[in-house]
Amino acid sequence: MSFFRYFALFAVLASTSSFADESLTIAVASNFQVTAKEIAAEFTAVTQIPTRISAGSTGKLYAQIINGAPFDVFLSADAARPKLLEENGLAVKGSRVTYATGALILWSADSELENQDCLAALKSGSYRWLAIANPLTAPYGSAAKEFLEAVGVFEKIESRIVYGENISQTLQFVVTGNATLGLIALSQVKGGLPVDASCSWNVPSTMHTAIEQQAVLLASSDNADAARRFMTFLQSAQVTTLLERRGYTVPE
Amino acid sequence: MMDFGPLWLSAQLASVTTAILILLGAPLAWWLSQTRSRMQPVVQAIVAMPIVLPPTVLGFYLLIVLGPNGAIGSWWVKLTGDTLTFSFTGLVIASCIYSLPFAVQPMQNAFESLSKKNLEAAWTLGASKLDAFFSVAVPLSVRGFISAIVLAFAHTLGEFGVVLMVGGNIPGETRVVSIAIYDHVETLNYAAAHQLSLALIAFAFVTLFSMFLINRRWQSR
Repeated sequence: MSFFRYFALFAVLASTSSFADESLTIAVASNFQVTAKEIAAEFTAVTQIPTRISAGSTGKLYAQIINGAPFDVFLSADAARPKLLEENGLAVKGSRVTYATGALILWSADSELENQDCLAALKSGSYRWLAIANPLTAPYGSAAKEFLEAVGVFEKIESRIVYGENISQTLQFVVTGNATLGLIALSQVKGGLPVDASCSWNVPSTMHTAIEQQAVLLASSDNADAARRFMTFLQSAQVTTLLERRGYTVPE
Repeated sequence: MMDFGPLWLSAQLASVTTAILILLGAPLAWWLSQTRSRMQPVVQAIVAMPIVLPPTVLGFYLLIVLGPNGAIGSWWVKLTGDTLTFSFTGLVIASCIYSLPFAVQPMQNAFESLSKKNLEAAWTLGASKLDAFFSVAVPLSVRGFISAIVLAFAHTLGEFGVVLMVGGNIPGETRVVSIAIYDHVETLNYAAAHQLSLALIAFAFVTLFSMFLINRRWQSR
């Protein structure tokens, strides 16, 4: 390769890397991935700042962040991990906000439950499997467990519970008919599902700890100005409308 | 004290899977090594597929096929009243498919490298084909069998993606060691994750080391 070709290659690489520096890398909890992409697209349309989404489970992203992953903003599925990051000095102090609060829905695609009372079916225990997200790892899972305890059936049906690794997998178990019933996220239903519900029941938010999803600005961000603009945009009326349409509630 | 239950469950799953794969895989490997059928490359390709396909693809289709509405799953529900997904039996079926090439290929390679003369000698001496298989082919292919056993066992032990998709994380039933480690990492319980991981690393090393050692001994004879 001639010198000029090397030079041209170098110029191209240099320009793409400077482009990458300007773009914002957003770490997003998998369950929020689809909505986050919509928000990021609207953000880019308004600000001309390009964004990249890196999706994973909250625990995995947390492990990546404490090991130096190059993210600017972290949209967590819970409040615990952002709080830890803030305490450890890995997130900018005072940047932590609840950007959305999730809701649970009891849902089934089982034809035998067509037009039946979903809650009564849950309590009856006359099914093989109820899918919930893992209460240890997923906020939707711990909320589901609290709800089952609140209605007093957890001990009765514990042997019928199958655990999804996250809320997406929990949905998969119900949609494919492997589990008769599932406690899934309202946002998943609003996002559109491949099969129709035979019955569903909205779990009142008073029956479990609020599923708060928090965001933080990461201290290691080399693009803090753009990241701050994103955090502000995240709390704008435009995003609030989008989130409510997606089945989330947004704190005042 | 830490919970080694998942490690024990994984060891059970890997043992059962390996036993089934050797029993069913040996005749298949023998057929693949001896046949002149035009179907041979087709079967060979199907056997090798789990090496190429990501566990998510296998897991996704197993979730459908083994599910209560699936071809195998619905039949199983009628027979036993229970679902195949989220059960140890379901994991055994999934693991047999997932680890199939790791058992079949070493045995097939060993059978292919057998000298035709030995078998012909056995036939000439009046041994039936089955007799010749057990008294000539199998003893001469011990190294292939050892490789098949170790690889199928180790590969099943390290299984994660497929189990994640069809297992459902039930303690004592489907929460195998890789899933338990994943959960510990997710819940920031890094100490427990380290303990199980180190146990697995030590086990993997000892297993592979023993295999290579045995293979070397055999070679030098």
